[in-house]
Amino acid sequence: MAVTRRQFMKVSAAGLAASSVGALGFVGAGDALAAGVRPFKLERATETRNTCPYCSVSCGVIVYSLGDKSKNAKSSVIHIEGDPDHPVNRGTLCPRGAASLDYVHSPLRLKYPMHRKPGTDKFERVSWDFALDRIATLMKEDRDKNFIAKNRDGVTVNRWLTTGFFATSAQTNEAGYLTYKVMRGLGMLAIETQARI
Amino acid sequence: MTNSWNDIKNSDVILIMGGNAAEAHPCGFKWVTEAKANRGAKLIVVDPRFTRSAAVADLYAPLRPGTDIAFLMGVINYLLSNDKIHHDYVKTFTNASYLVKEGYKFEDGLFTGYDASKRDYVDKSNWGYQFDDQGMAKVDETMQSPNSVMSLLKAHAARYTPEMVERICGTPKDKFLKVCELLASTANGERTATSLYALGWTQHTTGAQNIRSMAMIQLLLGNMGMPGGGVNALRGHANVQGITDLALLSTSTPGYLVLPSERETTFADYMKSRAFKPIRPGQTSFWQNYNKFFVSQQKAFFGAAATAENDWAYDYLPKFDTGYDTMKMVDMMAAGQMNGLFCQGLNILMAAPQKDKTRAGLAKLKWLVVIDPLETETARFWENHGEFNNADPKAIQTEVIQLPASVYVEEEGTFTNSSRVIQWHWKAAEGPGESRSDIDIVAGLYSRLKAMYAKGGGAFPDPIRALTWPYSNAASPAPGEILKEINGYALQDLTDPADPSRVLLRAGQQLPTFGMMTADGKTASGCWIYTGVYTEAGNISMRRDASDPTGLGVHPNWGFAWPANRRVLYNRASADASGKPWSERKKYVYWTGARWAGADVPDYAPTVAPERTVGPFIMNPEGVGRLYVGASMREGPFPEHYEPMDAFMANPLHPKVSASPVARIFAADAKSFGTPDKFPIVATTYRLTEHFHYWTKAVHGNAVLQPELFVEMGERLAKAKSIASGDWVEISSQRGAIKAKALVTKRLRPILVDGKPCDVIGLPIHYGFVGLTRKGYGTNIITPSVGDASVNTPEYKAFLVDVKKTTAPAQPAVA
Repeated sequence: MAVTRRQFMKVSAAGLAASSVGALGFVGAGDALAAGVRPFKLERATETRNTCPYCSVSCGVIVYSLGDKSKNAKSSVIHIEGDPDHPVNRGTLCPRGAASLDYVHSPLRLKYPMHRKPGTDKFERVSWDFALDRIATLMKEDRDKNFIAKNRDGVTVNRWLTTGFFATSAQTNEAGYLTYKVMRGLGMLAIETQARI
Repeated sequence: MTNSWNDIKNSDVILIMGGNAAEAHPCGFKWVTEAKANRGAKLIVVDPRFTRSAAVADLYAPLRPGTDIAFLMGVINYLLSNDKIHHDYVKTFTNASYLVKEGYKFEDGLFTGYDASKRDYVDKSNWGYQFDDQGMAKVDETMQSPNSVMSLLKAHAARYTPEMVERICGTPKDKFLKVCELLASTANGERTATSLYALGWTQHTTGAQNIRSMAMIQLLLGNMGMPGGGVNALRGHANVQGITDLALLSTSTPGYLVLPSERETTFADYMKSRAFKPIRPGQTSFWQNYNKFFVSQQKAFFGAAATAENDWAYDYLPKFDTGYDTMKMVDMMAAGQMNGLFCQGLNILMAAPQKDKTRAGLAKLKWLVVIDPLETETARFWENHGEFNNADPKAIQTEVIQLPASVYVEEEGTFTNSSRVIQWHWKAAEGPGESRSDIDIVAGLYSRLKAMYAKGGGAFPDPIRALTWPYSNAASPAPGEILKEINGYALQDLTDPADPSRVLLRAGQQLPTFGMMTADGKTASGCWIYTGVYTEAGNISMRRDASDPTGLGVHPNWGFAWPANRRVLYNRASADASGKPWSERKKYVYWTGARWAGADVPDYAPTVAPERTVGPFIMNPEGVGRLYVGASMREGPFPEHYEPMDAFMANPLHPKVSASPVARIFAADAKSFGTPDKFPIVATTYRLTEHFHYWTKAVHGNAVLQPELFVEMGERLAKAKSIASGDWVEISSQRGAIKAKALVTKRLRPILVDGKPCDVIGLPIHYGFVGLTRKGYGTNIITPSVGDASVNTPEYKAFLVDVKKTTAPAQPAVA
């Protein structure tokens, strides 16, 4: 049986009334108390199972968000706690994981693509189309100019060494695989992640 | 990890060395607590600093940073000279009885075949086994031959006496011997010891050999493949295991296959050195299937364009001349040899050693793309932050594009934890503003490049054109679709080899195991070790059945552990040669008379009888664990103690070859190493419980808990330098200087090495000039840029500095 805090207070009040305390004239005190308690915030939140993003204990977390994930409702994360069903962390979180709501809502989260022109001292907001078009153009320019089809011995090597990619170990396997596939497909060799450092 | 987080609870002795699980992996450390509370396990902590792991240890032993191999080889010497090894295990499951070539020698700190001008072993021909005319390795079951691995190991380890360990490591002899005795108490199959390590072992010029030394101890004790045993890397990021598996590393390709080098001009050449044939009778040598994994991967990448005629698009893969690892990339940038760089969630300005070199390198790029959820120092390397980042924006011509990425709660997909368990997570909310997922960003770039190459041509467009993109929304591939591709599927009907009329799998169906892959292009799979994670039964990584039928912490139906849902690797070794468990107490996987049964998925086919003597170490052509690795590691077949590059003293074992003779040093950094006359103090870096790398300084709660950089130092040193807690201290090395607030503590005490006291200071790494914490110097201003020879990990854990009292940084310290 799932008992909310409000229900709990009501049940307690009923118990109180039936007890000797009730006989002393405190009947109704519990009801008043229950009415005064705000509904538990998480009661109307949507629970989503996720994985803490920090170390590789990879603790299970439950993310509570407002909004029911219906098409036009924008969800907002309001609470994150350890997943008690998870066999490794069994509901616990460390000081990093316990504060991860502040990470999701950090004032230093980036919101828009930004562009810093050579020699200037500021970022300027640009559109995604501008940013991705510009990056693809810069990549193609560099690749076409510096692609090495054959080495000095005439061996086919098909490599591109003048652009590198530091890939994050905070991304999903699926994102990592796609990153690998595209960058290797372009002939890039300088691909690295945190594993070595 | 060879074992798992939960499996730590099965240990009787736990060695934390090269890590600090209580502070860096607190929720994993609970399994140490569980073992201590429920089975009376003993915890040993060996660390230069009295950490919070040490605070709850049964036995703490200090050692000087960078001397782990001397300590561990000392343990090996103790086990061998006191006959405290698990004899039957060593005989059955290791190469102790194998004979090494007569020409093998180790003298004055060098193995045979060294060329000083190349700083490398150029001739490793004498490092191999002796073979008979059938191509089988020769063995001497008595292990008495002077060239048996056991005899060579005894001779190699004999120099590491308890007295020598104390002289090099500064570990008091009595404490060292207590560690040895506790570990030795597990050499019997009744009890097991586990090893938990992290960057404290990897970030040395001898990093890979540190771990190798421990693996040898575990083989001698018979602790590999056992519940509560193993060698367990407590890894960093939530998905650093997965991203390593998927090979975002210069010369790798997913599933621990190796990218072809330019010396392998054809696919046939490449395969020549890959399909390792068994070198002992009856062995499996799993790499015999290498071509199946490789061809299936090429089919996953390049689809119909990969054919038998074009060697499965072998030319579509770039061929390397040398490794382009992190330090090499920074070195190339600093030399002006790179034009473009992507930093996707990796803050390279703070993460690479030698910050000034990295900043100079970034300033020489034509363009830099930063993909990150947060503001980072790397994205703003061109911005002036006074003494914390003294850049002149006008002089820096690098074009920078910063792209906002979403974070874990805003995406779905899988992470692979340290236990190799692949777990799905679900999306809870949209990211802020216009942030996008890493998948969508890469897809956006690919679709543009593909169109540009289709329209305007350009250098070698073939692989770009051929790249498979079978996703229902090309601009935003669904993670589930990608995981299906990683798992692999049949491209044509697969029939039973014994009965070709029987179809095992229809074209288009998901592969249930990598055992069904073929080398003739009938299957596609992005990463063979992940096969089984998304089958016709569905997305296995989503499984959330927390049951543990044996009570051994296996949880077989929670997510999917690679390979083949195996939770403890080499678990065949948990039973003796006849398949009987070594003990009732450690019963795990065993032979019932008809098949292998027990708590876990066995290493090979469950019906292969023990009489066939197939070894558990199926990735080795010997089938056994290696006490001697031959030519497979650059530093040599046995681990050897070498001093860090910034050496506190000359190596007492061989002063002429004091530091690692093969550690990777860039010409540009040749003069960047310090000497003890100028820098007499040893420094080490570490992580705080309250912070994670360079992210959490952007997180309010963590920034409040640990707001600024400090330096931990012992009372003796503080007194000698007239420094009190809270004073500002300048810490200088041959590379540069930083300022930090002093924290004078009893946790660090001078270590007596070779008769003289060695003061050690500790520096957290987490601070920079962007964040909610106070602005701080990057600790990487003073760390050395030198790499481990096998894997090129920088030496962050042992270097020389000097300290003096100073004044506060000139700039207001609030970011």
